Amino acid sequence: MNLKIIVFRNLLRRKAKAAFVIAGLVLGVSTVIGIISYVEAMTNDINHKLEKYGANILIVPRTENLNLTYGGISLGGVSFEMEEIREKDLERVTTIKNSNNIAALGPLVLGVANVESHKVLMAGVDFKSAGILKPWWHVQGALPGEDGVVLGAEAARVLNMAVGNGLKVNDKDLVVSGILQATGSQDDQLIFARLPTVQAIFGKSGRVSMAEVAALCKDCPIEAMVKQISDALPGAKVMAIQQVVKSRMETLAQFKQFSYGISGVILFIGSMVVLVTMMGSVRERTDEIGIFRAIGFRKSHIMKIVFMEAAIVSGLAGITGYFLGFGATKAALTLFSESHSGNVPFSFELAGSAVTIALAVGLISSAYPAFMAARLDPNEALRAL
Amino acid sequence: MSYIIAEGLTKQYGSGDAAVIAAADISFQIEEGEFIGIMGESGSGKSTLLGMMGAMNAPTSGRFIVDDIDIYSLGQEQRADFRREFLGFIFQSFHLVPYLTVIENTMLPLAVVKAGRKQKREMAQEALSQVGLLEKAQRLPNQISGGEKERVAIARSIVNEPPVLLADEPTGNLDTKTSREIMELLKRLNQKGMTIVMVTHSPDCAGYAQRIMRVSDGKLVGENSNVRSLDRWHRKERKKESLPSQNQATAAIQSPG
Repeated sequence: MNLKIIVFRNLLRRKAKAAFVIAGLVLGVSTVIGIISYVEAMTNDINHKLEKYGANILIVPRTENLNLTYGGISLGGVSFEMEEIREKDLERVTTIKNSNNIAALGPLVLGVANVESHKVLMAGVDFKSAGILKPWWHVQGALPGEDGVVLGAEAARVLNMAVGNGLKVNDKDLVVSGILQATGSQDDQLIFARLPTVQAIFGKSGRVSMAEVAALCKDCPIEAMVKQISDALPGAKVMAIQQVVKSRMETLAQFKQFSYGISGVILFIGSMVVLVTMMGSVRERTDEIGIFRAIGFRKSHIMKIVFMEAAIVSGLAGITGYFLGFGATKAALTLFSESHSGNVPFSFELAGSAVTIALAVGLISSAYPAFMAARLDPNEALRAL
Repeated sequence: MSYIIAEGLTKQYGSGDAAVIAAADISFQIEEGEFIGIMGESGSGKSTLLGMMGAMNAPTSGRFIVDDIDIYSLGQEQRADFRREFLGFIFQSFHLVPYLTVIENTMLPLAVVKAGRKQKREMAQEALSQVGLLEKAQRLPNQISGGEKERVAIARSIVNEPPVLLADEPTGNLDTKTSREIMELLKRLNQKGMTIVMVTHSPDCAGYAQRIMRVSDGKLVGENSNVRSLDRWHRKERKKESLPSQNQATAAIQSPG
C-alpha cells in the first residue's frame, strides 16, 4: 500500500470524472497540436511552392548609376551601363554557410545582338539550372546545343522564326532549336543560348551580367543568405525577391498568432474544466481526506495524491490529444489543402510538447484544489459527516 | 508520571455572545495500558474531548501530554506524525475508503510509512487475523456486513501497533451480539497492553472499561469505576432526557391547542 495505489484505485472508481477531465484537456491539447501541425504543414506547403517559383535571389553588378527605365519604357537613350561579375568569383556563392539551401545558381550574360535588321536582347544561360530557376519555361522543340538558340515567343514572332530555322546573330550562324511558350514575362522578348556561346558572341568570356539563385528558405531567413552572398561577393549587389516570400510569410505569421491566441483560449477553458472537476472531486472526498489526515497523512501527502491524479489524467490527455490533433490535421489537409503537399510527419518534439502542455495545465489547475484538500481540518471533515 | 495527562483542556467555539464552550477546564490522567470509557449525553462535549485527545482539535487553552510530549506545542505536520505513530482511531461510522479492499483499508496508515510492500502486507494480515477477517481481505467494504466493517476499522487502527487507541462509539451502529464481539476484541487488545479511550453511550460497553469518565456540559463531572453506580447514573440521565423540561411543560399547558 502506498499513495500510488490510492491514486489508481480512486481514478478507477471515478472513471466518469476522470474521463471528463481527460476530455476537457484532450480538446485543448488536440486543438493546439492540430493548429501547430496545420501551420507547420502550411509552412512546408508554402516553402514547397516557393521553390517552384524559381529564383528568389538576384546577384547583379554593383553600379553607381540609377536605373533609367520606368514601367518598361527606357528613358534618356541609355540602354546599358553594364558592369560584369567574374564567373570565377561567382563560385564563391557555393561556399557560403547556407550553401546547402541553394537549389540552383544560374549565371546569366546579357547583350544586345543584331539579328536580321532587329536589335534583340540576347541572354546566355545555364539551361540545367534554368530548369529549376525558371520552372514555368516550356520549350517547343529542344534545348540548344553549342550553336543553337531558343527564342522567346514574342522574339520568334517578330523575327518570324520557327524551330529549325537558321539565323545570323552578330555574324554568327545559329539554329533555332526551340521556341519558348509565351510566359507573359520579359523572357518572351529574348533570345536564349548557352552561356559560353553568348559569352563568345559578345566577347565576355569568363564574365556574367548577373546571376539568379534559387534558395530553399525553409530553415533559413532569406536575409541571412543575402548577407552571406554579399559578403562572398563584395563587388556585387545582392537582392532578395522578397515580395512573394514576405507577404506569404507575413500572412502565415498572422495566422500563427491568431491560432496561438485561439489555442490559449481553448487551453484556458480546458484548465477551467480541470479546476472545477478537481474542486468537485475534493469536495466529494471530504470524508476520505478527513480519514487520511486523522490517521496521520501529512498535508504534503494529500497534495501528492491530488497532484498524482492530475498528472496521470493530464499525461493521458496529452498523449491522446497529440494523436487526435495529429489525425485531425491529416484529415484537414486532405479535405482543405489544394495541393496536398503539406506533409505532417510524426514529431516526438511535438508529442513531448503536447504531454508537457497537458501536464502543466493539469497540474496548475489542480494546485488550488490540492491546496484546499491539504488545508482540510480532519476534525471538521469527520464531524461534518 | 502518568502516560496521558490532560491539564485544564478548554475548547471554545466562536466568540462574544455567540461563544460556545464545548469543553471547560478538563483535567485527567490515564496510565499506560488503561481502558477508559467516556460517557455523557449528546452534545456534552465527548467528541470534542476525543478530538483534542486525537491531536486533531487544538484546545483554546490547556495542555495535553502523551508520553511526555506536549501535543499542542507541535506543529500541524508533527501532530499528523504523532497521530500516525501513537494513535489508532476507530470511528463510529467506520469511515472505510469505499474503493479500497479490506486489506488495503487496513494498510492505509502504512501508505505513508517507509516499509516494504511485503512487510506492510504481513502487518495488515496480522491485524486482520486479530479481528478474524483474514479470509475477507480482498472484499470491498460494500461486500461485508456492518460488524465486519467495524472489525476492518479496528484492524486499520491497530495495524501499526499504536500505544493508544481512541474509539468513538465503536458499537453505535451495531446490534447487541456484534457489539459484544467488538467489545471482547477491544478487551483483548487492552489485555495486550494497548491503552484504550472509548466514547460510548452504552453502559454495557462502558462495563468493559476499567474507569469511566462522565462528561456533562463540557465538564468532567466525575469518574467511576463501579459499573453498577454508573448504570444508575445512566438510567437517571435517560429518565431526565425522556421527561419534558419545566419550560416545555409550562409552554404545553399555556398552549390552547
